[in-house]
Amino acid sequence: MSRFRVALHIVPRRGLLDPQGKAVADALHTLGFKSVGDVHVGRHLILDIDAKSAADAEKDVRAMCQRLLANPVTEDFEIAGVTAA
Amino acid sequence: MKFGIVVFPGSNCDHDAYHAVTDVLGETAVYLWHKDHDLQGSDVIILPGGFSYGDYLRAGAIARFSPIMTEVAAHAKRGAPVLGICNGFQIACEAGLLPGALLRNESLKFLGTSVRVRVENADTMFTNRYEAGQVLTMPVGHGDGRYTADEATLDRLDGEGRVLFRYVGEKGQPAIVNPNGAMRAIAGIMSAEGNVMGLMPHPERALDIALGSKDGVGMFESMLARVAA
Repeated sequence: MSRFRVALHIVPRRGLLDPQGKAVADALHTLGFKSVGDVHVGRHLILDIDAKSAADAEKDVRAMCQRLLANPVTEDFEIAGVTAA
Repeated sequence: MKFGIVVFPGSNCDHDAYHAVTDVLGETAVYLWHKDHDLQGSDVIILPGGFSYGDYLRAGAIARFSPIMTEVAAHAKRGAPVLGICNGFQIACEAGLLPGALLRNESLKFLGTSVRVRVENADTMFTNRYEAGQVLTMPVGHGDGRYTADEATLDRLDGEGRVLFRYVGEKGQPAIVNPNGAMRAIAGIMSAEGNVMGLMPHPERALDIALGSKDGVGMFESMLARVAA
């Protein structure tokens, strides 16, 4: 067993109204950042977990996302990185 | 009839629900601690409002894994009634007892006000003391009340008469801007089997005209009429 650090992003599903993202986009436009299109605000989680390999660690985190960390109705998740912790 | 009111860490409408059942309805109520596994013979389960687990991660996401939720799910599967109010609605959705999810209000603001909802289906365990089309006034207090589901689910809910309450304007006309941005202005829905209901407004805080409205009484009377029968 080794310890891995898994980072993941959970974001609102594309197409669903994201008022927080819209507020941020509007603020950026007001500041003059006209190049900004859509903005989505989500969560970034960092988990330290014990696993046999990086692949196993990622597999475990995917299962956690499906059961608890992300809402399957409204959110999508992606593993941003798996590193030795 | 016995009502079991689940108490999660952070529940804050459990006492209002208790008051509704015992003082207004004249029935029996018990508090059910979320770590327990015993529904104590309750006929109806109420998942009360509040901020269980501080709304961490998502409203209701952690409460739905509380030990007692295993028994609540089994109770629902037997066809017995479950009423989820506000945070209870969020928990019921997270637990898969009801479809969809409640997201952050479109305004991004906490909403503490009085709303009007129209009874869309009065032939249910929860609404039989109302009339279809009747407009009720009830308080809301939530930050995450924007009902969201995919189009197929929304069509099914509408087609099967499972949207029980919809936000409406002053005189019952369709709400132009609904208070939280809920899809199709949905304020409350029922499960396919008709025994689980969730709604964002608080019927247990609308029991006395001195406090603004007693339109919530009918919901408790409806359950009593149908379940006791």
